[in-house]
Amino acid sequence: MSNNLLEAINVTKRFGGLTAVDDLDFAIPTGSIVSIIGPNGAGKTTFFNCVTGFYDFDDGQILFAGRSLKGRSPDTITRMGISRTYQNIRLFSQMSAIENILVGMEPSLKSSWIGALFRTKKTITEEEEALVEANRLLEFVGLRGKGDIFARNLPYGDQRRLEIGRALGGRPQLLLLDEPTAGMNPSETAETTLFIRRLRDELDITVLLIEHDMRVVMGISEDITVLDYGKKIAQGTPVEIQNNPRVIEAYLGRGVTIAKNPV
Amino acid sequence: MTRNDLKRSMQIGLIAGVVAVSLSAIGMVETFDERDIITDILSLGQALLFSIPIIAGFMSVPKRLINEDLFVDDEETTSSAFPSGVQAAINGGVSGFFAALVLVGFIALMSIFPGIRDSLPNVSPALLDILTFGQESVAVGSLLLAIVMVVLGATTAVFRLLPQRVQRPVRNGLLWSLGIGLLSEIILLVLINFMDKSGLRLIFGSKGITLFAAVVIFVIAAVLTVFWESRGRTRFQRRRAAMTEKQNKVMRQLGIALGVVVLLSLPINLGPYLTEVMDIVGIFILMGLGLNIVVGFAGLLDLGYVAFFAIGAYTMALLTSTGDLGIAQIPFWVALPFCVLAATLAGVILGVPVLRMRGDYLAIVTLGFGEIIRVLVGSDLMKEVLGGAQGILRIGRPTIPIPEFLQETISKGAPSFIFVQPKEFYYLILIGCLLAVFVSIRLRDARAGRNWMALREDEDVAEAMGIRLVSTKLLAFGFGAAFGGLAGALFASRISSIFPHSFQLLISINVLSLIIVGGIGSIPGVVVGALFLVGLPELLREFQEYRLLMYGALLIVMMLMRPEGLWPSAVTRRELHADEEDAAREGPTALDDVAGLV
Repeated sequence: MSNNLLEAINVTKRFGGLTAVDDLDFAIPTGSIVSIIGPNGAGKTTFFNCVTGFYDFDDGQILFAGRSLKGRSPDTITRMGISRTYQNIRLFSQMSAIENILVGMEPSLKSSWIGALFRTKKTITEEEEALVEANRLLEFVGLRGKGDIFARNLPYGDQRRLEIGRALGGRPQLLLLDEPTAGMNPSETAETTLFIRRLRDELDITVLLIEHDMRVVMGISEDITVLDYGKKIAQGTPVEIQNNPRVIEAYLGRGVTIAKNPV
Repeated sequence: MTRNDLKRSMQIGLIAGVVAVSLSAIGMVETFDERDIITDILSLGQALLFSIPIIAGFMSVPKRLINEDLFVDDEETTSSAFPSGVQAAINGGVSGFFAALVLVGFIALMSIFPGIRDSLPNVSPALLDILTFGQESVAVGSLLLAIVMVVLGATTAVFRLLPQRVQRPVRNGLLWSLGIGLLSEIILLVLINFMDKSGLRLIFGSKGITLFAAVVIFVIAAVLTVFWESRGRTRFQRRRAAMTEKQNKVMRQLGIALGVVVLLSLPINLGPYLTEVMDIVGIFILMGLGLNIVVGFAGLLDLGYVAFFAIGAYTMALLTSTGDLGIAQIPFWVALPFCVLAATLAGVILGVPVLRMRGDYLAIVTLGFGEIIRVLVGSDLMKEVLGGAQGILRIGRPTIPIPEFLQETISKGAPSFIFVQPKEFYYLILIGCLLAVFVSIRLRDARAGRNWMALREDEDVAEAMGIRLVSTKLLAFGFGAAFGGLAGALFASRISSIFPHSFQLLISINVLSLIIVGGIGSIPGVVVGALFLVGLPELLREFQEYRLLMYGALLIVMMLMRPEGLWPSAVTRRELHADEEDAAREGPTALDDVAGLV
């Protein structure tokens, strides 16, 4: 139990008559890379939103490092150590890359408006240090030298990377990535896959991934949970999932068999 | 030329005609006719009337005729512009003609049915006189009007085809001479301190400026534009680029020093009347800067900003009034912090429940709050405390005690210096504005400003970044309220008695409009906006009558032509002209090449 960073117990989220997440049990071991997959509308992003406080789930419990997330606001949850990216990139498009990361670093900034008014030494030092750290993060996500470019003017791949960089600004223990390789070409995808692994290996960040690209999922996940209509229909290692008949059914429909060729 | 073009020109002309009739029927043309721009030659009313076929002619030119590329206006295109010139002239003429047609129809209606005055009281013989150029015969006058409008429409249309290097000097020349003519009264008030009578007589007629002055101004402005565009700009840029970091710094400091000197000496140069106008403008600048933090920086639409202005003013009144309603009779300086505090507190108390709402809801709630405060101060319920419609009188003035040994020399024996005159208050308001500018800049460039910007762009994501929504919004709201309160306190003390009708919704709208016109989120924009929207109507009395109409028209025109405002902040410019900027990014050398060639 204690080595699970995040634990969801019987989580249910309903929208009117629709049960988007249905009695979901789910755990992420500390230091692992875990994926959630499933057809469109399976409730993956809804679950993300429940974890990050965008939605208040109806039943069940989500524990992060042993503390309940129920009823907490998104900013509090972020401050507890959970950061996320978005399926359709949601950068602050009129702000520069470096400003985006600086906003992401909000949880670690303490200077007050009084400090800002009088430009106290503490405030200036904090801002300077934050800038150094932001530049370090920028370099880490491979955007070195692009700090002054406005987010909207960055190429698509860079925007995805910047979004991860911004999420890293909050120094998360757990990073939720919502389709990080969507819209990328194969070489970019491969690069991103390596990058996600680096997040875990170099920064000790536990990663939860929603992804449609099976090569990514199968390549880096240690554990995969499959959702369909809000329910967990399977869980296991990549190999187990690939051979699970229910998963095949959910993705391809009943009566289809596919050749067993692990990626 | 296609039939579609003509049809379009006709439509534009008809719309223009309706606009001309409306402006005449509401009395605007007649009221404006009393002010001459060029003595005995062109009145403001005529300028207003003529601007209609000019705009129509301008708009009637089909897009394909205009070579919008600035850098291809060489010999080749100018020579081939002849047939398109004729096309443009016909289109412009058609639009002018149809505009005139509607207007002439209106004139006919006026002269055939004089009873029309019963329902349209502004349709007076004087108006008829203006529209027909004072001709004896209405028919001749109408014909004249139609000819003028057709010619104006056609001329403008052809003018639009000319290369920019011709258009711009003419346009600038016209704008400057008309602008100076329009403001001649005020300019005269200033110049009278520096020039002798014969010189003034050369420039100013009985009303407006002389034809001679208008021509001279036109020529000077046009020549300067030509010079600037051909040589000055590149030279300026080159010199600017060549400056070292240190020189830059020195230049900036010199600029600031110059600005300070100008600001300090303004009341001396402007005279009492203009200084009073500057006081009013200054109070609006102060409010504008406050609201700019809320609306411009944090993106929270507050339509009830007048509430904080009222709270500041009434707090000042209650604390310092020596009348019946004064409760403390403390000095201005002691009361001032309480006024700011009261307004801030009101902002925070309103903010805590309200700031959880978004966009439209916030706008509606703040609108209601503003109205509640206004109704409350005017109500019988609060009459015992706030004076109801009778307001609060004898509000305290700021005083500065003077040391005894200086009393003889400075104040002729009086123990203290009392702020009474507009020019004395000017300095107080100036200090307030500078303080607001300082606070705005410091907050904008700090973590708070960054968070506001993030909030403005995407509230959900900002929250997911760990930004505490309520406290971040409250900070903006509190500062906005504080400057509103400060403005109110200064306002109350300056006029020494306040009444509920000074705190109408219109104030909120004024302040919001001046921010929008100046450029949302832009600090210099607030100043420009206030000068434009508050200063100008104060100076040109006839504008005041049509103030709301002009605001509406101006806001619509601004949104269509220049949505980023007159002096936009870097951010809004980016937002609204992102496509152009992207294009510039792809071909960044187009401008540089031309600059290099010259």
